[in-house]
Amino acid sequence: MDISITDVRAWMTILQMAVFLGIVWWAYGKARKGRFEEAAKIVLEDEEFVRPSQQRPGK
Amino acid sequence: MQEQTTYNYKVVRQFAIMTLVWGIVGMAVGVVLAAQLLWPDLTYGIPWLSYGRLRPLHTNAVIFAFGGCALFASSYYAVQRTSHTRLFGGPLAAFTFWGWQLVIVLAAVTLPLGITTGKEYAELEWPIDILITLVWVSYAIVFFGTVATRKVAHIYVANWFFGGFILTVALLHLVNSAEIPVSFWKSYSAYAGVQDAMVQWWYGHNAVGFFLTAGFLGMMYYFVPKQAGRPVYSYRLSVVHFWALIFTYMWAGPHHLHYTALPDWAQSIGMVFSLILLAPSWGGMINGIMTLSGAWHKLRTDPILKFLITSLSFYGMSTFEGPMMSIKTVNSLSHYTDWTIGHVHSGALGWVAMISIGSMYYLIPRLFGRAEMHSVKLITVHFWVATIGVVLYIAAMWIAGVMQGLMWRAVNPDGTLTYTFVESVKSTYPFYAIRLLGGTMYLGGMLIMAYNTWKTVVGAKAVDAPILRPAAAH
Repeated sequence: MDISITDVRAWMTILQMAVFLGIVWWAYGKARKGRFEEAAKIVLEDEEFVRPSQQRPGK
Repeated sequence: MQEQTTYNYKVVRQFAIMTLVWGIVGMAVGVVLAAQLLWPDLTYGIPWLSYGRLRPLHTNAVIFAFGGCALFASSYYAVQRTSHTRLFGGPLAAFTFWGWQLVIVLAAVTLPLGITTGKEYAELEWPIDILITLVWVSYAIVFFGTVATRKVAHIYVANWFFGGFILTVALLHLVNSAEIPVSFWKSYSAYAGVQDAMVQWWYGHNAVGFFLTAGFLGMMYYFVPKQAGRPVYSYRLSVVHFWALIFTYMWAGPHHLHYTALPDWAQSIGMVFSLILLAPSWGGMINGIMTLSGAWHKLRTDPILKFLITSLSFYGMSTFEGPMMSIKTVNSLSHYTDWTIGHVHSGALGWVAMISIGSMYYLIPRLFGRAEMHSVKLITVHFWVATIGVVLYIAAMWIAGVMQGLMWRAVNPDGTLTYTFVESVKSTYPFYAIRLLGGTMYLGGMLIMAYNTWKTVVGAKAVDAPILRPAAAH
């Protein structure tokens, strides 16, 4: 089967759409809800201290 | 126990003060240019002060000197504090400061002398381009080095935006500045014809998208939550916002070349991606503004929040206007008219400058060990003078632009043009006067800020805050 440049472009478009939907799924996934809520507080906690849950392992 | 080492505030202080200095210089040149359009003989025909030479000086000064210093200051501040570590690379941060100031001074000398590549927002000649590259690589090492040595697990979203901005600007600068030197102060682009135009506007639009947008969104994600005292409205939206913006902006450049020799399909891609851009732009704007939900009353009394939130309103407005102007049929009316100038300034004065001003009002007292600026009332005065100035400016340019577009395309029944070009210039005259007034007001606001800053820092002690250890180390 011949693959033309148009096929490649079409698949690239589909692939990029899939990547975008993947990012949306990843960002809004239930499993990461708490993690992102913690991350949002980083900016306010730089005055005081960092929660243990946000601490980088090994540091 | 606290660590004894401190954050590197010195470089932040230097960039913050120079933000003000270059803001005033760049905007003053803009006011001179606006006056020249009213009184063409204003500068007595002195070549160094002619419109064509001052105009790139104005754009370079406000974008790279004012905006650039604001970005350096805010990114260095935010990345240290959200990473709980001192800036990486020791003296390299100081090199970025002095190197960047040297670039600005060289620009201020060469552009009035008429030394230019002629590429918009990339006018500086090749020796300066090399210096920019050295400074920028150092900036990347300092910034990403700090991120890499952070003491917290997560990289806060503001740092993602700052990082995206630093990486992309490096790429844009290298590709668009590919040029063949013929002498020390003259080079020619490595590209020819329509490819050169496409590379230039790929650069030009992404300079808007990454230098003037992604970087300042980093500012938004740090300073809006800080000043509002609450976390960003939706962190998950900010993740989608980042990736959607990065993916989309890259392809919008061709809308600068509608109805030119650029192939039609490329123009259409530029238009479609510009329209898609509305979604991430507004996602980000809503995320910033909604951070205030439940605390709207703070807007009434806090002029810094007024600056930050108004800047987001202007961001929303100009990112609606931009996609609209990228539609080919709208562009056939708006292109080459003052509507474009109005659009640019609603973004530049309304969004970029206002979020920078708000962030600097937050930063300056903290860098000099004060609780707040010398006069909060003067911040409010600055806010209203600046806001009225922007509105006058952009309203005048909208009316002038649409009028010019309509006059240029008007034809008589026999097919001849209804108006000569000079008739459209004559009709624009009163709007140039209103624009000059608006621009002068905006500059006046900056002078108020300079006075307020002077009173805040004079006699104050420069303060370097100690680095705070993560909680588990207590």
